[in-house]
Amino acid sequence: MKQGNIKVALVGNPNAGKSTLFNALTGLRQKTGNFPGVTVEKKSGTFRIAGVNGHDEAHVTLVDLPGTYSIYPKSKDETVVMDILANPKHPDFPDVVVIVADASNLQRNLLLFTEISDLGIPSVLALNMLDVAGSMNLTVNAVQLAMQLHVPVVRINARTGEGIKGLKEAVKQTVERTEKPVLQYFYEPKGNEIGLINEVKAIHHLDNDYVALQYVCQHDNFSFLEQPVRARLDALIEKYGFDENNFLANETVARYEKIKPIVSKAVKSEGVIEQPYWTRKLDSILLHRVWGYVTFAIVLLIVFQAIFAWASYPMDMIDVGTAGAIEWVKGALPPGVLNDLLTDGIMAGIGGIIIFIPQIAILFALVAVLEESGYMARVMVIMDKLMRRFGLNGRSVVPLISGVACAVPAIMTTRSISSRYERLLTILVTPLMSCSARLPIYTILIALVVPETKVLGLFNMQGIVLFGLYLLGLLGALGSAWLLSLFIPRKEPSYFMLEMPSYKLPRWGHVGFSMYESVKSFVLEAGKVIMAISIILWVLASYGPGESMNVAEQQVVATMTTAPQEQIDAAVASARLESSYAGQFGRFIEPVIKPLGYDWKIGIALLASFAAREVFVGTMATIYSISGDTEDVLTVKQRLTQEKNPETGTAMFSSAVCYSLLMFYVFAMMCMSTIAVVYRETHGWKWPLIQLAYMMALAYGSAFAVYQLLS
Amino acid sequence: MNLNKERMSARTVSHLKKGEKGIIKSFSDRAMSLKLLEMGCLPGCEVRLDAIAPFGDPICINVGGHYSLSLRLNEAAVIELE
Repeated sequence: MKQGNIKVALVGNPNAGKSTLFNALTGLRQKTGNFPGVTVEKKSGTFRIAGVNGHDEAHVTLVDLPGTYSIYPKSKDETVVMDILANPKHPDFPDVVVIVADASNLQRNLLLFTEISDLGIPSVLALNMLDVAGSMNLTVNAVQLAMQLHVPVVRINARTGEGIKGLKEAVKQTVERTEKPVLQYFYEPKGNEIGLINEVKAIHHLDNDYVALQYVCQHDNFSFLEQPVRARLDALIEKYGFDENNFLANETVARYEKIKPIVSKAVKSEGVIEQPYWTRKLDSILLHRVWGYVTFAIVLLIVFQAIFAWASYPMDMIDVGTAGAIEWVKGALPPGVLNDLLTDGIMAGIGGIIIFIPQIAILFALVAVLEESGYMARVMVIMDKLMRRFGLNGRSVVPLISGVACAVPAIMTTRSISSRYERLLTILVTPLMSCSARLPIYTILIALVVPETKVLGLFNMQGIVLFGLYLLGLLGALGSAWLLSLFIPRKEPSYFMLEMPSYKLPRWGHVGFSMYESVKSFVLEAGKVIMAISIILWVLASYGPGESMNVAEQQVVATMTTAPQEQIDAAVASARLESSYAGQFGRFIEPVIKPLGYDWKIGIALLASFAAREVFVGTMATIYSISGDTEDVLTVKQRLTQEKNPETGTAMFSSAVCYSLLMFYVFAMMCMSTIAVVYRETHGWKWPLIQLAYMMALAYGSAFAVYQLLS
Repeated sequence: MNLNKERMSARTVSHLKKGEKGIIKSFSDRAMSLKLLEMGCLPGCEVRLDAIAPFGDPICINVGGHYSLSLRLNEAAVIELE
């Protein structure tokens, strides 16, 4: 705690109001990992406390740790809690832990509190949801509780911000306390545990019994312990005949024995009234065998309607705006290579990025609303049995739905799936869900081949085809999960066990923040890739090896002397592109993609969009030499319609080619960011490579089948 | 669940009908019992079956009047009632 810097960690049960308190304390001064999502890697923020230890102001860094019921992790994201709290050298090791407890369910919430307290880290207990407790006729005496638990207890209301000042004051006093209080363990080790603890304490120079016990039970999750150290701990466990499973159950029961009298003294109940009546009423509809699915279908329909219909207005505005900006810059600057690079390369690339912002923002806002309201947990319940058939878990629904926006944050949300097997399957199939980057590809190809007719006087044919593509992605994901589950052995039992939060109105500030975070990281992360690809592609398409491009131009001019100037210009541009670096790449892979109906020009777009799908339309625009606005579907569309197949003389983009391309993009793993995140989440190249090969085979096979059937 | 061979006849949470209550007596699976204990399902605690998902699985139970917990039938079968 140098120069008035204080580190505070926030822990608590899921649904105890932990993230609400985090937002109340830090406001907008918070940071998250690279990508936003429903669960976030590490969320930290800052706030200030006046006058600590002689400093005018203390700067507090608050780290939000994943919600858990105990310090023994049940899923991957929960391991981080003890990895920090058992390691005083960890950069996030806190000076004070704030434990958020749901006052309406105090007994269960105090289990985690007693565990943290036994670790010997100074703690403050924040009693939240007193209003809920009140509505259940429970009165919680905070003073009584503080006396029995030997820590400051603060009454707060995280939603309204009530008691936040008192909480800061309690943190301040805990930091300022100079003498270390004698720790009174809630759990006292028994029998062979004592000898084991003493030996571990001596080896690792620990002064806390319970930390030593955590070395014994959790050393495989501690990133700060080397392999030989872990092996030595295993040997000690062997030596003392320590039965971990037995110990864990006994410890938990013993803790509850301590907690029960404390709760019965501190909590007075005058005829308990049950928690929200309307939560039960709503559940009887939303979990109903008919109405449950009807509601879910309506919710999905609204989400799709929002992404595709509502988002189109701001998208059109951005489209017009960037087109105007490019035109203006083109005219304002002197013509030349720099002008071309800036407008056709960089600005067109940026336009291609920001056009997705409305869709991403709306989607993340809606996912946040579903999470916040408590509805997402119900969706997991009604989908669990179905998901199980495919080797997945009810919890897989969240990544699959989020995958419609972007697979990268969706894959990060799989960390809350406790079974490693189900988590792996979910990671492997999530990229098959049609993400927002596929949407522009779908849109332009559908516009080329599907007539804008009405079906049954109600539905737009193009809309139905689009919906069909999304459905195909979903079926592909479920089918693949089933197929993969036949080959990957399941080593552990599957769990569901999920606390159902009561229904709440979403906190709009929270929803807005989640939206802001997702847009920010999209623009920064995906933006970098798209920008880089746009510039590289522009260079590759504008230059060729040696004099090849000029040679090609002269050949065309020499053979076409009588043709009108317009035709000569077009032929020259085409010949120059063909002999450029990009053109030669395209020619190189043409034999492979010919059976799918693609030529070398489409090949260039395929290669470029391997880094990120969203590059495809922009690349097509560049390749078919359309100046100016690359996102303008009409102009790209007109150009593609006119494109002739040089061999047959008929339209290049026939329905066979378009449907083949659509198939290819439904299934193909064309996204570097996804490969990178799968590598990170599965700790190695094995699974991302299997996934890449599998998805590519699926894409190639179905595109081949469709082209051969239709042509 | 090999542990509950001889206890097949014990009444468990999976036998509850909608709206029916029971008192937790013990658990027949050790790994699962730790999870359940940590989530506040303690022996002596009253549970009530509140909702059943479509196709009969998972189910939602109310634990001690405190909160609602959703679990699969095979998980519910681990919780034996008095």
